[in-house]
Parts: sequence; C-alpha cells; structure tokens
Amino acid sequence: MRSTRFIETRAALLFISPWLLGFLIFTAWPVINSAYLSLTDYDVINDPSFIGFDNYVTLFEDPKAGLALRNTFVYTVMSVPAQLVVSLGLALLLNSATKATGFFRTAFFLPKMTPPVAVGILLLMLFNGQNGLINGFLGIFGIDGPAWTTDPAWVKPGLVLMSLWTVGSSVVIILAALRGVPQELYDSALVDGAGWWRRTLRITVPMISPTLFFLFIVDSINALQSFTEAYTAFFGAGNTTYGNDAALFYAIYLFQQAFEFLHMGYASALAWLLFVVIMAITAVQILVTRRFVHYEGGKP
Amino acid sequence: MNNPLVRRSVLAVSLALALTSCAKGTGGGAAPAPSGERFDPGASYRGAITVMGFGATDEIGATRVGLAEKSLKGAEVKLVEGDLDIQQFLSSVAAGDPPDVIYANRDQVGTFASRGAIIPLTSCVRGEGVDTSMYDKNALAQVTFGGEVYAIPEFNQVQITMANAGLLKAAGLTIGDVNGSDWDKISAAARKLVKAPGGKLRVVGFDSKLPEFLPLWAKSLGADLLSPDGRTARLNSPEVVEALTFAVSIYDAQGGFAKVKAARDSADFFGKGNQYARNELGAMPMEQWYVNVLNDVSPKAPMAFDTFRTPEGEPLAFASGSAWAIPKGAKNAGAACRFAKTMTLVESWKAAARARIDERAAEGKPFTGILTGNVRADAEIRKMITPGGEPWDSGVKAVYEANDHAFSMPANPADKEFEEAWQGAVNRVLNGQEQPRAALDRAQREAQAALDKAWAAWAKRTN
Repeated sequence: MRSTRFIETRAALLFISPWLLGFLIFTAWPVINSAYLSLTDYDVINDPSFIGFDNYVTLFEDPKAGLALRNTFVYTVMSVPAQLVVSLGLALLLNSATKATGFFRTAFFLPKMTPPVAVGILLLMLFNGQNGLINGFLGIFGIDGPAWTTDPAWVKPGLVLMSLWTVGSSVVIILAALRGVPQELYDSALVDGAGWWRRTLRITVPMISPTLFFLFIVDSINALQSFTEAYTAFFGAGNTTYGNDAALFYAIYLFQQAFEFLHMGYASALAWLLFVVIMAITAVQILVTRRFVHYEGGKP
Repeated sequence: MNNPLVRRSVLAVSLALALTSCAKGTGGGAAPAPSGERFDPGASYRGAITVMGFGATDEIGATRVGLAEKSLKGAEVKLVEGDLDIQQFLSSVAAGDPPDVIYANRDQVGTFASRGAIIPLTSCVRGEGVDTSMYDKNALAQVTFGGEVYAIPEFNQVQITMANAGLLKAAGLTIGDVNGSDWDKISAAARKLVKAPGGKLRVVGFDSKLPEFLPLWAKSLGADLLSPDGRTARLNSPEVVEALTFAVSIYDAQGGFAKVKAARDSADFFGKGNQYARNELGAMPMEQWYVNVLNDVSPKAPMAFDTFRTPEGEPLAFASGSAWAIPKGAKNAGAACRFAKTMTLVESWKAAARARIDERAAEGKPFTGILTGNVRADAEIRKMITPGGEPWDSGVKAVYEANDHAFSMPANPADKEFEEAWQGAVNRVLNGQEQPRAALDRAQREAQAALDKAWAAWAKRTN
C-alpha cells in the first residue's frame, strides 16, 4: 500500500514538475530575492548595498506612499462593490433571458478582451470633459458633466466606471453559479407566494454566495493592484507630462520608484508592504464575510 | 513550536533568510573606459552591432543608418526598434549582455552615466577623431556629466510661437500679441480669442502649454530650474513662481485648465482636423516639428509664426533632443563609437537631407529643414531648404532663429525625479490642489532631496 502511494506521489511530482520548476524559478525565487532587496539600496546596475530597514523607515515617512495607499484603498472600496452589483445584475438578466443568451454572454465578455492600455486611452476619450460620450449623454438630461480626467474629485469615480467595462468575466462566473441553483427551491418559494425580489434575496444570493465571495476576494486583490488603465490614462502614453495625484495608485508609485527613478530596493519594500496590506485585508474579508457565505455541504 | 503550521512557517522563514544571505546583485563595478587603441578610425569591424531605441522609420534615419553601417566596413547593424525601454536596457546591462549602442533622450544621459550604465566617450572621441566642436553647445552640455562626454548628441527640439492668423486678424491682433514679448498682451489676447458659448469651450484663445513648457516661461524671466552644475534645484525662486502663476492664469481666463485640456485631448492633433485647421486654437508655443506636421496635413491652415520671445523681445527656446551612448559591457564599443560618429557627421546629415528633399519634391511639398544638433550640419542644411511660400517660410525662419537662442537643462543624476517634482507641482496647481508658491516649495524640497541623494551616490561610487 505504502509503495503504491510512493509511486503515485512520485508520478504526481513528475507530472507537476514543469510547473513546479517554473514556480520556483520565476515566482518563488524573485519573491524571496525581493525581500532581500527591500533591505538594500539597489539601482539595478550596481551591487545592492545592505541598509537594514532604512527603506521601510523611509516608506512610513513618505507622504506619496501614504497618498498612493489611500488612493488605492478608496478606489477598491468604490470599485469592488460596483463591479459585484453590476456583474450580479447582468448575470440575473442573462439568466432570465430565453433567447440569444449565447450572443449576450459573448457580448458582455468581449470588452474583457480589450487590452488594458486601450481601456486607459478609451477612458480619456469617453470621459473627456468637453467632447466625451459620457458628458454628452449627461448633457441630454441637462446635466453639466464634471471634468472626469482633471478634477481630482472625479478622477477615481471615472476610473471606477471604466472598470465596469471589464466585468464580463465576473458575469460569466456568476451566470454559471446561477445555473446551478436548484429549481425546486424557486418552485417551493413560488408556492409560498414569494415574489422575484424575495426569491432573489432569499434563495439566489445565498445559494451563489460562495461565488460572490470568491469574486469579492479576487476583485479586491485586483483593485489593490490596479495599474495599467490609470497609468496609461494619467502617467503614460495618454499623458506624458500631465499627471494627476488622484490617480496615483500604489502599484503606479511602486513602478515609478523601480523603473523610472531606479530605486529598486525601495520599490521592493513598497511591494512587501502591499503584500502585507493585501493579506490583512483578505484575512479581514474572510473573517467578516464567513457567516454570510452559504456552503451546501456545510463549512469548507 | 509544536504546532505544525508554526514549525513550517519558521522553516520557511529560515530558508528565505538563508537564501537571501546568498543573494547577490547582478551588477558590477564601473567598467573601465575602453582604451584609445580600441577606437581606431581605420579599423574594420565584423559581425553585428545591436542598436537599441532607434527605428530607421523615415529617410532621415534610414539614410544615415546606411552610411553608418558602411563606415563599419563589414559589420552589420541590427536595430531594436521603438523608444528606449529603460527597464529592458538596464536589465541587459545588469545581465552583462547589453546592446552595443543605445539611442536615448539627452536628459536621461546624466542618470545613466551616474550609475555607470553607460561609459564615458572620452577615448571614443579621441580615438575616432570626433570633432565635438561641431555639436550644438547646449546639446553637448546635456550629455556631459562630471566633466566627461557620455553621449553623441543629435537632433534639437525647440519651440516657436504658432498662431491662427485668421483668428488673430478677426480679433484685431497680431502675432506680436501672442509671442511672449508682452505678458499683458497675451492675457488680453487670450480673452479676446476664446469662445465658449454656453460654457463649452469652442476656441482656445491661448494655450500656455503647461506643464511641459514651464522652463521656457521661467527662463523668459531669466530663471533656470536647475543650477548650471546640475546640483541645486531652483524651483521656488520668485521668477519661477511668477512664471507659473502667469501661465496658469491664462487657463483660468478661459474657463480653467480642465476645459483647455479637454479641448486639447479631443483634437485631431496629427490630422487634418487639427485645432489650427478647424480654427479652434488661437496661439501656443510649440515644438518646431509641428510646423512640418501642419504643413503636411493642413497646408492651407491660416498660420502665423514667430519665435517665442522674452519680455525684452529676444527669441528664446528650451532645447531637448536625443543622443547616442555606449553601454557598460558593450561587446563592440569600437564599432558603436564609429556608428555614433557617422550618424552625426555633417555629410551624413546632408545625405539624409537630400533624401528628404527628394521625398518631399515627389509629393510636391517643400523641404523645411532639420535641426540636427550639429551646428555645421544645420548651416549646410539651411542652404538646402526649398521655399514653401508663406506662412511656412516664416515658420522655418523662426525655427532656425529659435535654435540660435536656445537653452537647455544641465545633465544631472536624478533627471526623472527632478522632472517629476516640477511637473507634479505644475499639475497640482492646474488641478486646483495647491497654489503656485506652495506647490513649488514642495517641489523644491522633493527635487533637492533627490538630487542630493543621487549626487552622493555618484560620489560614493566613483571615489
């Protein structure tokens, strides 16, 4: 029995070894090395020189790091619920559709295929304060739209709205979960006289709560690591000289320190702080939301 | 410690610490400059040299690359096209496998030089007999760091005043009202030219081109943002504060920067529907290459040109450009030096100009000149310009006049952080987050801290 287990384990290890090697070389080692680099002064070209925890001390005194962290946190708090609500709404619509569901599923997913850099440029066009489509639409109702791309108060809401462009994958995941909710539950509720809203709130949402929880965690991590769209629109190709502090997300600041200012040691410290922050936030999310998640087979 | 999870965690941390203690940087010390013998003007080269950051996408580039390749007497030139990717470049240097020559912005040279990513070209210049006196003195200053030339400069970008003559005339104005020589006149002209029916900005009266042209506005009051030795930031001097306050006030007089930027962003900048062709912009200072763009896509646009002028009426321009540098560890520094030299020789530029003249003649368009960063080549090419009629001839004249009255930012080891500091300050003012004085005070602190740190690191590395 033991020898069979050994043989199976060896075979399994052999099969996963390509991935394992890739993980060790391209993920684990850089992660470990970055921990070391965070304790050094390193400019990519010259040897790192060990400076202890100086980078971490600098980090906690750096007002821009604080600003970037606040911006990222605010964006996350705004974008994650918005993405979940919109994804759930679209998935519910798709689930109740009787015709052309395949077409709509594809249509909703297609924007997800847009390269993030293009989304950043698209943001500048759609949200242009003078001639953008969004303000043009608001203008139909007599609303003088804001300066989405320059007014610090409206930059993050603009980015949040733009992030909804790519909710397609979440819609597809939620839709799959909706299809798995047993029909008899709805039938019983109907017999009891429950309306659409009550059925959604009392049956649908609890039954797909593990999926919503998964998306909540994944979307939060993605939002905390937001980079490309905001960088393209406010710091990169879209604006080579114009920048807006309101869009300075943590990952953008990290990138600037690493690859523009060549402070790779400091950037490594920034990366580790982000790692700790994401871990802490994820832990809190798991603890707080545990009682709201319903698992059919009991707690996992 | 009996908890298996704790045991595993301790083991993992111990392993990480053990591994990190073994970790070493991938870089090395400063490479010694190649000796003079390696740079022989009569030498032939074999194999291939790799050029990073340059694409011979037009006749100016292709002609010169052809000549440079020929000058190597055997070696082939491989171009890694696209703008220089700093991350890719530095990684290749750190890995010991750099390209032979890079094409960088001149303001990057100080940073690369201070970190030992590129080698000084003293031996290259001496060995290949490069006559540095032919280069524009501002351009050469931008690539000189710690008293040594680190790159071979090419091209010059300068600004001139570009205006819509039709809009000026309709408002009873002339180019003299918007060329910078009288700031009160600019304010008045902006108010006269702007059109914003129902609060929507239809015509931008005057675009002061912030944040990028703050150095130009400051210099017109006699102020530099950085000391000539590149060590001391001068971002919060009264002149710089005054210049920023004025340039921002131009936007405020037209409904605010947000509206002007939105109009700017939605314009077809490189196409037939540009702001001048559509009568949507009164005037702005702009880099000279835009004359060519306008002449190309909207030759009938009602343009008026002049140099940008100081309050004393003197022409003024803020020069920038590109440069060729040889990375530390380049396998064929000799060929790289020859390549850089040939790319910037007077004869190479003349050949490139002839190719452009042919190209333009075939399209029935004039040749408006090239600012090469080489004063002798500029003089020769100026003689080759073909007339395009007014207003374009005036534009070309203004470009050459501006080129003769240019200034540049000195090389320094923290160019990106310095730039980020002053541009960040301008942006905070434009976004209404700070007043000019407070923003520039903060920028001064940030820039000086970055400069001090970078210069100290350079001193430590070289001593």
